[in-house]
Amino acid sequence: MPAVSMTVNGKAVTADVDTRTLLVQFLRENLRLTGTHVGCDTSQCGACVVHVNGKAVKSCTMFALQVNGANVLTIEGLASGDKLHPMQEAFRENHGLQCGFCTPGMIMAAVDLVNRKGHALEERTIREELEGNICRCTGYHNIVKSIAAGARAMGGGSASQAAE
Amino acid sequence: MSATGIGASVRRKEDRRFITGKGHYTDDISRPGQTYAYFIRSPHAHAKITRIDAGVAKGLPGVVAVLTGAELAADKIGNLICGWMIHSKDGTPMKMAAHPAIASGKACHVGDPVAVVVAETLAQAKDAAEKVNVDYEVLPAVADPAKAQGAGAPQIHDIAPNNTIYQWHLGDPKAIDTAFKAAKHVTRLDIVNNRLVPNAIEPRAAIADYDPGTESFTLWNTSQNPHVARLVIAAFIGMAPEHKLRVIAPDVGGGFGSKIFIYSEEVVALWASRRVGRPVKWVADRSEAFLSDAHGRDHVTHAEMAFDADGKILGLRAKTVANLGAYMSTFSSSVPTYLYATLLSGQYAIPQIYCEVDAVYTNTVPVDAYRGAGRPEATFVVERLVEVGAREMGIEPAELRRRNFVKTFPHQTPVIMAYDAGDYDASLKKAMDLADHKGFGKRKRESARHGKLRGIGFSTYIEACGIAPSQAVGSLGAGVGLWESAEVRVNPTGSVEVLTGSHSHGQGHETTFAQLVSERLGIPIENISIVHGDTDKVQFGMGTYGSRSGAVGMSAIVKALDKIEAKAKKVASYMLEAAEGDIVFKDGKFTVAGTDKAAAWGDVALNAYIAHKFSGQELEPGLKEGAFYDPTNFTFPAGCHICEVEIDPETGTTDIVGWAAVDDFGIVVNPMIVEGQVHGGIAQGVGQALLEHTVYDKDGQLVTGSFMDYTMPRAYDLPSFSVGMTVTKCPSNPLGIKGCGEAGAIAAPAAVINAITDAIGTEEIAMPATAQAVWSAIQKVNDARKAAE
Repeated sequence: MPAVSMTVNGKAVTADVDTRTLLVQFLRENLRLTGTHVGCDTSQCGACVVHVNGKAVKSCTMFALQVNGANVLTIEGLASGDKLHPMQEAFRENHGLQCGFCTPGMIMAAVDLVNRKGHALEERTIREELEGNICRCTGYHNIVKSIAAGARAMGGGSASQAAE
Repeated sequence: MSATGIGASVRRKEDRRFITGKGHYTDDISRPGQTYAYFIRSPHAHAKITRIDAGVAKGLPGVVAVLTGAELAADKIGNLICGWMIHSKDGTPMKMAAHPAIASGKACHVGDPVAVVVAETLAQAKDAAEKVNVDYEVLPAVADPAKAQGAGAPQIHDIAPNNTIYQWHLGDPKAIDTAFKAAKHVTRLDIVNNRLVPNAIEPRAAIADYDPGTESFTLWNTSQNPHVARLVIAAFIGMAPEHKLRVIAPDVGGGFGSKIFIYSEEVVALWASRRVGRPVKWVADRSEAFLSDAHGRDHVTHAEMAFDADGKILGLRAKTVANLGAYMSTFSSSVPTYLYATLLSGQYAIPQIYCEVDAVYTNTVPVDAYRGAGRPEATFVVERLVEVGAREMGIEPAELRRRNFVKTFPHQTPVIMAYDAGDYDASLKKAMDLADHKGFGKRKRESARHGKLRGIGFSTYIEACGIAPSQAVGSLGAGVGLWESAEVRVNPTGSVEVLTGSHSHGQGHETTFAQLVSERLGIPIENISIVHGDTDKVQFGMGTYGSRSGAVGMSAIVKALDKIEAKAKKVASYMLEAAEGDIVFKDGKFTVAGTDKAAAWGDVALNAYIAHKFSGQELEPGLKEGAFYDPTNFTFPAGCHICEVEIDPETGTTDIVGWAAVDDFGIVVNPMIVEGQVHGGIAQGVGQALLEHTVYDKDGQLVTGSFMDYTMPRAYDLPSFSVGMTVTKCPSNPLGIKGCGEAGAIAAPAAVINAITDAIGTEEIAMPATAQAVWSAIQKVNDARKAAE
């Protein structure tokens, strides 16, 4: 079993893994970071989204060995100690989750979306950019609201719109 | 209304763990020494299992056991059951075929489990599964419910000739004929309510842990109702006595009905863990979920509505063939009967209704309740008949509805249900305002200028939920009562735990139930914990489905709180040296009427446990009360959804450009959460109407077996929703709650199809109305128009 090394949420980790081990399995089973979830087997649902070297990636579609030497950020690494990330706060404030299962991947995808497209996100943009994230509970209405608010807050703006 | 009481949009307490990745879903849990189960499933829709050779597999690295139906039967493990008896018209009971947890002798659908491998790792289990040789003798299969009863159809179960499970009816067949004879106009429709796969994003999972020292089991399971699972697995399947089986449903990632039922996999995991002496964990792959989770809907219906000269409805009759799949799932029999036909009156005063339902077996995955369970099917029939009838008779769809609305309550329908309270005119009017129905004509012309077709469609739905009064459902064949339980435990330091038989898998009970307690006891919401999902903690409960947790679950809490208040007042009377009748409890304080003597909640709680101020003979120490609440009636949420679409005739693509939903849920505990339920329900209804199609080929192969081929609604498929409410309190429970969880899924499909058919000018379209289907329908309209010229 070959060895793999990476940094996960700021901590260096090393382990021996079966070559078939997916990144999501490595995170969940080897590192016991169970916040990243598996919801499908065709790379559609997005429950497994993490950041690898600063970019959103579906961890079900990468082998752990492919991530050797990289920097990985999971949902568990988003908050700073007790202080939640503005996107996490936005999801709670705007009821952007119900069962919570798609939520870690949704939040990681949302943070990546803001990194790529900035802080003033239009509804249409958010909806199109969520092609890779499926939610069965919310109907997306409040997820879109949460992401728009989280994006504003990440830019230092107010998370709530004046009109609301 | 306080900031954390009933009616406040309190932000959810449970969110913290979900947004930080600290939820405890079943697959997040691991037991020391656990093994992994992988099921070998039939690749054939219908086949005799002639031989299973696991010799090589058993010797592979890490393999602990390979088990089949033969060992299951030898260990006398009972079959899975359907718990709701339905009788046919001729009085004969439904034909319930044996359903062993592992198929033995015959596989009846693609995905039917035929063996299970237990190994040290999942990868080893999957590797070994490939080496198990199963010999099948393939038999002809039937997947189409419309063909299942036909002369040449393969017989699936000996007990059910013509694959017919029951032939049931509701209503008076003679009276309906008389009603139709008097009709000035009859609208006729043939409707397919398309089969859906629930696809909660968390796949089903089970961890079974047998302790040989105590001869007892612990089961972690993605269940909406752990106590029901425990009862069925103990009493019917015979796995263990009830008191030796603990079922824990931890965080569950969505259910929508699919996690109500008792399935093969948890039964086999329990049995395997006792056999191998180690914990056994099973988690479904998504493509495995498509082959093993109960599917929803799948009705073929011919329906007719009779009108008089003024458009008043004289009668409705329907004949439905309901596909229940290869075996009868736990509640399957009730869905196309008592959850369907009893809602065929819709919001209308219809004098006569007659409904016949044939339930059939086919070589497909078993079908059971899925969000709405019978009521989306009923609403689609009624609301399409009314809309098409309006168009055929040249009456405005809203006006035709108004002429027929039930206006006085209570209203006894001809189909068992007695509607208790409602105001259907109010929700229709509010929805039309919200949708700017007046401006539709202008918007339609604007769309036309851009070469687009625009349509608007109504769905005025009603449902029966707050499931259910036990005597009523018992008399209709249910094997269980449908009450709910609550125990309120006040701790000496004044904090409160509520043990509820309800179960939250997204509905936010940890917040909404706490809002009720906070308001009633006048204590901060942070001081309240809601405990659910563990049969060792909560004595018994019926779980969450059928939009029942507000109406039934919270009513049980109210009853328990009544008892808490009564006892607390007794304690306070000793503390304040006053007569019990003079104690007033308000805003968390106990006072003596007419004086300034007072005691705070916290002091009373402490005194209840210190018990210094009274003797045990006068009053028992402690402050803990339980209650069971049995509803006296179903509740009847109702409302009006209006969908507006814009269609590109070049591509057939449907854009939903407006959605107005006005619902009457009675009293609403947390408007933010209730709106979220409406949003989610609408999304599933839109999915049914536009995108989701469970396709079986003629050999019973599931063609749409993963998210690649089964189209799940995504954010860009949906608009933002305009949601409003009207309120007529529910008269039958203490809080006046009707329930809201399923409404969107019930209302939405008819609204979408009514809008599309309005836009394209033909009724000849089936769900899902994909771009291809809409485009084809438009071509037919154009061709017909050209031919007529």
